[in-house]
Amino acid sequence: MIRRFAVFLLLLGLGAIFADLLLGYTPSEELNLTARYYAEHTAQDLGAANIVTAIVVTYRGLDTLGEVTVLFLTATIIGMVLARGRKHRALQRQLPAAGELLTTGSRLLVPLILLLGVYVFVNGHLTPGGGFQGGAIVASAALLLLLTDPLKRFSHRLIAVMESVSGLFFIGLGVLGLVYAGGFLDSRVLPNGAFGTLFSAGVMPIIYSFIGLKVGAEFTSMLTHLAETEQS
Amino acid sequence: MDWIAMATGFILILMGLYGALTNRNILRIIVSFSVANTGVNLVLVAVGYMRGRTAPILDEAVPMADAVTRIIDPLPQALVLTAIVIGLGVTALMLTYAYKLYEEKGTLDISKCRDLKW
Repeated sequence: MIRRFAVFLLLLGLGAIFADLLLGYTPSEELNLTARYYAEHTAQDLGAANIVTAIVVTYRGLDTLGEVTVLFLTATIIGMVLARGRKHRALQRQLPAAGELLTTGSRLLVPLILLLGVYVFVNGHLTPGGGFQGGAIVASAALLLLLTDPLKRFSHRLIAVMESVSGLFFIGLGVLGLVYAGGFLDSRVLPNGAFGTLFSAGVMPIIYSFIGLKVGAEFTSMLTHLAETEQS
Repeated sequence: MDWIAMATGFILILMGLYGALTNRNILRIIVSFSVANTGVNLVLVAVGYMRGRTAPILDEAVPMADAVTRIIDPLPQALVLTAIVIGLGVTALMLTYAYKLYEEKGTLDISKCRDLKW
């Protein structure tokens, strides 16, 4: 009872702070200094139509590198924790069949989902979307396959190779920016190209595509590791 | 509009914290954390919103010249993109540890895990 009361008091205090923040909040009428810089300079300097992508990939590319590292560590730790002391026993119960609708539907949908994922991360510098979103879409195709057949196994070697190769290319393109352009992860290694076309914004779409592949591989490896617990 | 989004975000944070503090089942605690995480993201996006403006993507509708007066703040969106991905990683890790704990103890009730309690 006293525990409930403490929780109630804590939430009441937090609620009061939040209410104060909400009541004191006035939406700004114009962009602040940083946002104004991005709005004015992104198109001329980097040639990217999507300013959010320009921030994520180039202006704050180091942040994104750290984020990808966190994801990589998460996938690795999940693999390590789940693989330790796993007993290879056969499944005790019989799994029911997936059903005609799910089986046929997944056969139709998986290629389309993969295509959509690739479209989203290749066009990250033009449309809403990008590597992280596209990678998640690609991984959702793997999830659909696992739903259809929970005992399906993906090749860990393939996932690991895809993940490391795209990570290496990401870093390699960043180092190229150090040599041929203004700094680490600078996108102006290649010319900016015509604004608003697929081959524009320097190496930005290439970097984001590799991020997409990497994120897709990492999510798939997480899903695979979690799905393989079904067997033990 | 920005008011509604921000208030919803704050309410979601409070709901998530309430669930995390009062539930005993680890899976429910994980769901509560996800709800609170969504609330934080919603508040961050709502801070960047400005009335009467559009998404920070330049095309025929938003020409380069008057981008400054037409788009909303792109920075919170980039931040939230990061936050969503990290949130997913955290959720996956929590689920993994919950699974491992269940394997070890045979229960998901957190009040039965007393190894670090005295």
